[in-house]
Amino acid sequence: MNYFKIIINGIVKENPTFVLLLGMCPTLGTTSSALNGMMMGLATMCVLIVSNFLIALIKKLIPDMVRIPSYIVVIASLVTILQMCIKAYAPEIDKSLGLFIPLIVVNCIILGRAESFAAKNNPVASIFDGIGIGLGFTLGLTILGSVREVLGTGCIFGTSLYSEDYGMLLFVLAPGAFLALGYLIAIFNKLKG
Amino acid sequence: MDYVLNLILIIITAIFVNNVVLAQFLGICPFLGVSKKVDTASGMGMAVTAVLLVATIVTFCIQKFVLEAFGLEYLQTIAFILVIAALVQMIEIFLKKTMPALYQALGVFLPLITTNCCILGVAILVIQKDYDLLEGVIYAVGTGLGFLLAMVLFAGLREQLALSRVPKAFEGTPIALVTASLLAMAFMGFSGVDGGLKTVFGL
Repeated sequence: MNYFKIIINGIVKENPTFVLLLGMCPTLGTTSSALNGMMMGLATMCVLIVSNFLIALIKKLIPDMVRIPSYIVVIASLVTILQMCIKAYAPEIDKSLGLFIPLIVVNCIILGRAESFAAKNNPVASIFDGIGIGLGFTLGLTILGSVREVLGTGCIFGTSLYSEDYGMLLFVLAPGAFLALGYLIAIFNKLKG
Repeated sequence: MDYVLNLILIIITAIFVNNVVLAQFLGICPFLGVSKKVDTASGMGMAVTAVLLVATIVTFCIQKFVLEAFGLEYLQTIAFILVIAALVQMIEIFLKKTMPALYQALGVFLPLITTNCCILGVAILVIQKDYDLLEGVIYAVGTGLGFLLAMVLFAGLREQLALSRVPKAFEGTPIALVTASLLAMAFMGFSGVDGGLKTVFGL
């Protein structure tokens, strides 16, 4: 298997945000700014890479009947480790992402990739799948976060592009999340043909 | 008296002001996935409300009597998700044996609920907000009703949407998201109601 192909597949063909439409809760909930979106994407990517690797390693040891609960335990342990690291080293990220860090456990992308990729492929390919899908998710969240931040406050990654007075506050609030994502998916559909 | 007013405030805030789907972005997957018809949407809403209620009581007891009693708070995420998964399975078996009619109606939705992030989200929020058991239960019921309300309204809109002509790129999810945005805008009209009620109640 071509590893480069796996990564590209995760970013374009199976992009979790724009094509598979998985993990919608953090996608909408954490993208009030580009930085928040990117942080959430990276946090999810960390968990995804390690969980894909571990599950591909232990897949032969787990009886088929209890595979989903076992995957959930692996993922929940990884999320707990990540949560402790973020709390210890980056408390401001913990504050802005809040509840959505423990909720990475129930992000369907991670369980979905464990079931559909890691359970069928070798550990190295699974790592690359984690990187690809993780990058696709990070990219989706960063784009959505940038659009909302630019339209809402006139800034991108905190750098001002135009005066905040002309920003549409709606895009930072809840309705703007749905609206921006709807239009972005429509654009993605149009570009795809 | 203040305690009762506080409970009323919690339930109104949870249903309208801080609607779980439209303001807090929890439980978006079922919100977009099973909202094509009003009756399936209301079935899902009721199933979520029931599971939320039971899950909140159980996770609250686990937190207070097991995790905090033994200093194991860091195991919260793992413990809660396992308890919720087991609980959903148990509710499914229990309903199948005792209330076959209700099981028929809710059956399909129950397994989906384990991965619904509003269950785990509410369980964690109840602990974070430092509610007592009754406040937690009221909050869970309010959140469930808010979810039900959003689901039914959205399903009604989508039934109409199915009859209208939509640009090709917008077909399916994009137009649903734009519709959800309009619904969220309507719910923004409730913002500030909690503050107003607080003044009226004198809390």
